[in-house]
Amino acid sequence: MLKLEGVSAGYGDFQALFGASLDVQAGEAVAVIGPNGAGKTTLLRVISGIIPLREGHLSMEGRPLDRVPAHRIIETGIAHVPENRRLFPRLTVEENLKIGAYLPAARSRFAERLDFVYSLFPRMKERRNQLAGTMSGGEQQMCAIGRALMSGPKLLLMDEPSAGLAPVIVQQVFDLVRRIRSEGYTVLIVEQNIQQVLKVVDRAYLLEVGRIKLSGKSADLLASDEIRRAYIGL
Amino acid sequence: MQRDVIAPLVIAALVALAPFAGQTDYFIHILVQILLWGFIYTAWSLMGRFGLVSLGHGAFMGIGAYVTVLLWNFFELTPWIGMPIAVAAAVALAAIVGWPCVRLRIVGHYFALVTLALTAVVALSIVGLRDITGGSLGLTPNREAAGTSIYAFQFASKTVFLYVALVLWLIGLFVWRAVDRGMGRYALQAISSDEDASASVGINVGVEKIRIILLSAGLTALGGAVFGQYQMYINPETVSGIGVSLQIVFAVVAGGMFVQLGPTVGAAFTLILAETLRILIGNEYHAADTTIYGLMLVLFIIFMPKGILGAVFAGLERAKAKAA
Repeated sequence: MLKLEGVSAGYGDFQALFGASLDVQAGEAVAVIGPNGAGKTTLLRVISGIIPLREGHLSMEGRPLDRVPAHRIIETGIAHVPENRRLFPRLTVEENLKIGAYLPAARSRFAERLDFVYSLFPRMKERRNQLAGTMSGGEQQMCAIGRALMSGPKLLLMDEPSAGLAPVIVQQVFDLVRRIRSEGYTVLIVEQNIQQVLKVVDRAYLLEVGRIKLSGKSADLLASDEIRRAYIGL
Repeated sequence: MQRDVIAPLVIAALVALAPFAGQTDYFIHILVQILLWGFIYTAWSLMGRFGLVSLGHGAFMGIGAYVTVLLWNFFELTPWIGMPIAVAAAVALAAIVGWPCVRLRIVGHYFALVTLALTAVVALSIVGLRDITGGSLGLTPNREAAGTSIYAFQFASKTVFLYVALVLWLIGLFVWRAVDRGMGRYALQAISSDEDASASVGINVGVEKIRIILLSAGLTALGGAVFGQYQMYINPETVSGIGVSLQIVFAVVAGGMFVQLGPTVGAAFTLILAETLRILIGNEYHAADTTIYGLMLVLFIIFMPKGILGAVFAGLERAKAKAA
């Protein structure tokens, strides 16, 4: 479904990604794991068109995305749940969801998708007239996922969904990810919380200083000595 | 019908009746001023309410006024054509300055500074080109012999201008309503809080921003053009320059930039305040009114950030919530 081949990118003089390649098949959940500063967020930002590709190729269902501007990525079926939620804090929950269905194609199915998101997250229905910025971190994460689902995406990009949340809430967020998976969405998730995320996804790539170092089934990675020693601390 | 249609129409009907109630020229003059400035403030708020705080609107207003008068004085081009040309010129300038700001993501204080520089450049150009523009001494449109001429957009009677200003003001409010009710409002609100997240839901950030900037600049220039015709005298201080830019921001902050009639309330408030201070204090203490102005601006920003009308509506909401 999504394919990255030898992708390099960076900010100004600083290069954050060096020839990273990965692919995500339809129906899969894939994680990109790695420490702080490995380039995980940059990888998602390249896919979303927020920062330009310097080298390599990027395609979604065979359609090249190399030169597609950020606001047209969503038309290809990719929705981004950005790091730290990035909701529109002064708008209500429902207005945030409405903006998620900004595209004309999504607008016509707004009511139906809103029902779907509310059935998935009844809490959001209770809070629909509350300002998004006044909710707890876990609720904001729900709202951010809901906003992404409003466009009717095929692939959901999730950037550090557990970042900045209390441990109890982190559990809830990973439950959310499982729910999304069981609804049939393809998910590409970037996480530092390696032990937790590997329990949720099928496969993972280990990114270190901008390069893919390892990849494999999550069970294998969980069992591998390198990962255990360096990242899980066992 | 909704509040944002009824309220403007009721006010417009009352204002339209004013001349029949035997009001003095002075009263009509104040009304015209409130409507014209109210229109310009509304135009400014179209973008100001979305965090695009411009100090460049003095430039757009000045271009509206000067281009119209210069075309008339030098080429005898009727303001009916001159005004659209002036508006187009202001829109073009807004595009030249605005597009790089949008592309390079110049926002917040930096955007305010860039636009402030624009105002300074335009005001200095007007002064510098004194052979054409009359410099600091200002400029008077060549008067048609009779004093009233539709072709020259000159009317001896203030009542005519009252109706012109009224129509303009209504146009401003209905543009506001159109923006407010469209998807554009959500898009612009989203952009003002997070440009990347906005792009990721499919909002074309650059296009949405430049569109509201051009709309705001164009309407401001139109207001400036009509204002020049009404005053029959323009100078860099009264229709352009940093003073005008700041006056716009103050009035809008005072009235409330997030509600439809807020900018108009700001116009009424500041004009009545200025007139009262002028009458009470007179010309003896020259800068007293401006000092009080400045002091009030600080107080408004601290204690009433939503402005007069915004605070009134917020109070009503609270009362309603309490009653329910």
